[in-house]
Amino acid sequence: MLTTFLIFFPLLAALLLFAFRPQSAKAIALGASIVEFSVSLIGVFTFDKTGGAQFMVNVPWIASAGIHFAVGMDGISLLLVLLTTLLVPFIILSSVESRYDKPHTFFGLILMMQMALVGVFTAADGFLFYIFWELALIPIYFICLIWGGDNRGKITFKFFVYTLAGSLFMLVALVYLYLQTPGSHSFDISALYAAGKALPASAQSIIFWGLFVAFAIKMPVFPFHTWQPDTYTVAPTQGTMLLSGIMLKMGIYGVIRWLVPVVPLGVAEWGSTALILSVIGIVYASCIALVQKDLKRLIAYSSIAHVGLIAAGTFTLSKIGIQGAVIQMLSHGIIVFALFFIVDIIAERAKTRSLSELGGIRNVAPILATVFIIVMLGSVALPLTSGFVGEFLLINSLVHYQIWIGAVAGLTMILGAVYMLTAFQKAMSGEVSYLATGFTDLTWNEKMVLYPIVVLIIAIGVYPAPLLAISEPAVNDLLLIISDVTAQIK
Amino acid sequence: MVSPDLLVSLVPLLPLLGFLLVALNVKKLSHGVTSFIACGSVLISFFISVYLFVVLQGLPEEQRFINVTVFDWISTAGFSAPFSFLIDPLSSLMLLIITGVGFLIHVYSIGYMHDDEGFNRFFSYLNLFVFFMLLLIMGSNYLLMFVGWEGVGLCSYLLIGFWFKNQNYNSAANKAFIMNRIGDLGLILGVVLIFVQFGSIQYADVLAKASAYSVGSEAITLITILLFVGAMGKSAQIPLYTWLPDAMAGPTPVSALIHAATMVTAGIYMVARNNVLYALSPASMNLILVVGLATALFAATIALTQNDIKKVLAYSTVSQLGLIFVALGVGAFSSGIFHMATHAFFKALLFLGAGSVIHALGGEQDIRNMGGLRKYLPVTFFTFLIGTLAISGIPPFAGFFSKDEILAHAFADGFAVWLIALIASLLTSFYMFRLFFLTFSGKERASHEVMHHIHESPKSITIPLIVLAILSAVGGFMGVPEALHGSNWLGEFLSPVFAPSASLLELHHLDHATEYVLMAVVIGLTLVMIAAAYFMYVSKNTVPVKEGQALNGIHQLVYNKYYIDELYNAVVVKPLYWISGKLETVVEKSGIDKLVHLSGSAVVEGGKATRWLQTGNIGFYIFAMVISIVALLAWVMINH
Repeated sequence: MLTTFLIFFPLLAALLLFAFRPQSAKAIALGASIVEFSVSLIGVFTFDKTGGAQFMVNVPWIASAGIHFAVGMDGISLLLVLLTTLLVPFIILSSVESRYDKPHTFFGLILMMQMALVGVFTAADGFLFYIFWELALIPIYFICLIWGGDNRGKITFKFFVYTLAGSLFMLVALVYLYLQTPGSHSFDISALYAAGKALPASAQSIIFWGLFVAFAIKMPVFPFHTWQPDTYTVAPTQGTMLLSGIMLKMGIYGVIRWLVPVVPLGVAEWGSTALILSVIGIVYASCIALVQKDLKRLIAYSSIAHVGLIAAGTFTLSKIGIQGAVIQMLSHGIIVFALFFIVDIIAERAKTRSLSELGGIRNVAPILATVFIIVMLGSVALPLTSGFVGEFLLINSLVHYQIWIGAVAGLTMILGAVYMLTAFQKAMSGEVSYLATGFTDLTWNEKMVLYPIVVLIIAIGVYPAPLLAISEPAVNDLLLIISDVTAQIK
Repeated sequence: MVSPDLLVSLVPLLPLLGFLLVALNVKKLSHGVTSFIACGSVLISFFISVYLFVVLQGLPEEQRFINVTVFDWISTAGFSAPFSFLIDPLSSLMLLIITGVGFLIHVYSIGYMHDDEGFNRFFSYLNLFVFFMLLLIMGSNYLLMFVGWEGVGLCSYLLIGFWFKNQNYNSAANKAFIMNRIGDLGLILGVVLIFVQFGSIQYADVLAKASAYSVGSEAITLITILLFVGAMGKSAQIPLYTWLPDAMAGPTPVSALIHAATMVTAGIYMVARNNVLYALSPASMNLILVVGLATALFAATIALTQNDIKKVLAYSTVSQLGLIFVALGVGAFSSGIFHMATHAFFKALLFLGAGSVIHALGGEQDIRNMGGLRKYLPVTFFTFLIGTLAISGIPPFAGFFSKDEILAHAFADGFAVWLIALIASLLTSFYMFRLFFLTFSGKERASHEVMHHIHESPKSITIPLIVLAILSAVGGFMGVPEALHGSNWLGEFLSPVFAPSASLLELHHLDHATEYVLMAVVIGLTLVMIAAAYFMYVSKNTVPVKEGQALNGIHQLVYNKYYIDELYNAVVVKPLYWISGKLETVVEKSGIDKLVHLSGSAVVEGGKATRWLQTGNIGFYIFAMVISIVALLAWVMINH
């Protein structure tokens, strides 16, 4: 019931916005998203910490085809749903209504997006998962296309086609698995797990690539990432937040839920390749971030580096790595959201994002500077910020996997500090540049968004135990599913 | 009676509260209230540290530790890092230094930062630093040490770039953070490997299981080398030392507290804390010894030629830290800690004295523009003299005893080790007296304008100088060697910490006769160096040449710090940016993305057969997709 509400309530709110085009669209959307968040909190507090999938709903949908409307949440799903329901109100609050033509459409699309995202994170039926997966693409595509920056037509087209192409591989893989299920076939997640596991290693390898390509594009993992910097840069800020804060987690979540347990032999065969690609991506994207001149684009590349570490840790298939991945998804979500918001604040006031033109903002906006520093520290994973917990667990898992890989992945600690500190110095420090004149410090509305985020970054960094406890049983279950297969290999 | 557990937690908590109070009200608080909160919190921590020290003294030797667990920090998947503290003789001694010297420097800063508009911000950073430094020392596991380790690095970054309008200072701050991060990567990899090997990162567990390893174990060698990489960064050893001289961009109290007395000694603490692991790895010990010797000598030669009063002291710090690593490298852990403690006293004193001079001269830092300040700044002069005598190793000042111990152990280890350490020490006395004479003796070289305003510093500055001068004068008596009929109290006090490694390392002990000869040789040569400095800078009144004037080859090389910064720039920084640029233009844009576009076009070409669908309008596709989904939903509902 709870899960169903979390999926359909935002849709309902979105449809109302589309239909009635009310004046205060932002306020209504914000209200709806806060209701949604509150309900998800009920979920967190009533969640049985001992684990297992909960809040299950399973009704036949297309019964003849073995398709069910089956949703529910284990700890991993719950945390990602929480991330979604937490970020959406902030994303809405961070937007300036007057900047958007047709605000009801804009906010309606954000809520539609939320519905699809919650659906992706809770679906327990392969077909349903696929529907939500594709459904998530549509609102974000329109958000980028209608309200994006220069050259948006071409760039969003590439984004759309690229990610859609990836999903088609996934569709083929899912349908193939479906046809392997016994009897009259079923898309039920456990049926698909069973079907996948029963396949020979060679077939599992093919399925692996079908699914992995879809997920890798979504994250994105090197070398499937070239749609990302342009799209992040051209998208309106709220679009970038949705893409980087939540949508990229669909890819990681896909790997955890719909790849590793589905084709364990395929993962055993090809997981190391995926892991190496992810680690290459960390260093590669960090290096490119070093030479970016546009602050927004720099953050976009930093996101590729961070997600590379998360993906690499996931593919160690270790408890510590997947736990690290889950907590880092939360942390990365709130940090990257805050970073893009800060970029937006700077760009709106100074009318540029170019690091060579900015400078000295710290003199005129000390509060913004302080918030920026704290968020930056989260991004470079300073201990006692949320970024450290995940990064440490992930690097830990990679060192266990293979020390040299851990060391290379650890370069993110150094390179991340280089590009973030340099960017901060150029944009914020020094004498006041001519652009910064008339630059005002954070407004009340901006503080409402950034202060809670700063508190969260530190709170999760100091006391991550409750979050780690929520996902731990789910990670155990996952590893249990693949344990007999990994044992067979040995 | 308050429980010791609570008291232990209060030690770091108070400076943290001080930080929060000041930082959250940075605009509102008056300077007076800020000073009260910031200094008060550290002072109470100091009192508690003294109390804990006394409590520890009262316990039987083998029970001299207090464990306090506050809460579970990161605990998942079989990994556990609690927020827990360990007070033992080593951490107790460090607590006294950090809170004691820290308090004095807080007080000093009231006077020094008096006119600065960032007064409150400065004190908030200072308190935050003390908090992290205390975590580093008190943490009872490697990860908590790492928290403090990175936290002090953050504060160092914030304070070096305190005057953020100056981009050179900001660059120095970035450099410090980034070079430390290189070391930190080594450290964190070492910590993870400890977890892999020992299944725990609590010091106590590692210590208990270490005995299962034999001397020369490869795993332990790898771990200890990685940990030492962290120490190279934090304690400014070759090759990661170049950030420390640049760090002098920060306000002078920061140089005294962070870049001389406390933070830079973190590497020493870490090695001492892991003495058992190091004792198991002769290769790591040799590495430490070689790096220490090289750094001690190399940095001392640079200090000979520098003209910025703070730069001389900075290179001196690098060199002295090198000397301490020599002690650790030969296995004389408690001697290293001893010199670290006395160095904290006299180097803090020297930096604060330098700050007093800079303050009096309105910001002047070049010793070529000083001279003859003795009569204008009597307190500064006198205390600075004590500091100079102490660092030079003149008995009975603090540095004599601690340096003597290191040299004696070096001699026992090998003549070459002793000789290099001796040369570094002798260079130290020369450049320190060069600095001293050029500043306080001879002609007055400052401009009339400057001399007109010159004044001795206020009490908040001179009192800390006097206290530190007393400590620098008598601090050595905590470790008077047996050869001089002392009991070496410090060595005894620390012995429980170093006992496990002592059984693995057989330290050679010198007979008393040899020790006397060594002492005489060292003192004699030191006096010769001081006389040489006197002859050159007082009798002959030599003043270092002005900027831009030609120097001879070697002098030019050393004056420019062997061009190491330029070398790093050419070998690391420039290539990194060049490669990154190429990655973007060649690999990213002309490579991967081209391929993506090509495959896209191929699909489009191939798809021409289905041209009737291609309206060319993406909106149409979306529309079609949405309609299909809606239709699907409708069909399902009707079917139910």
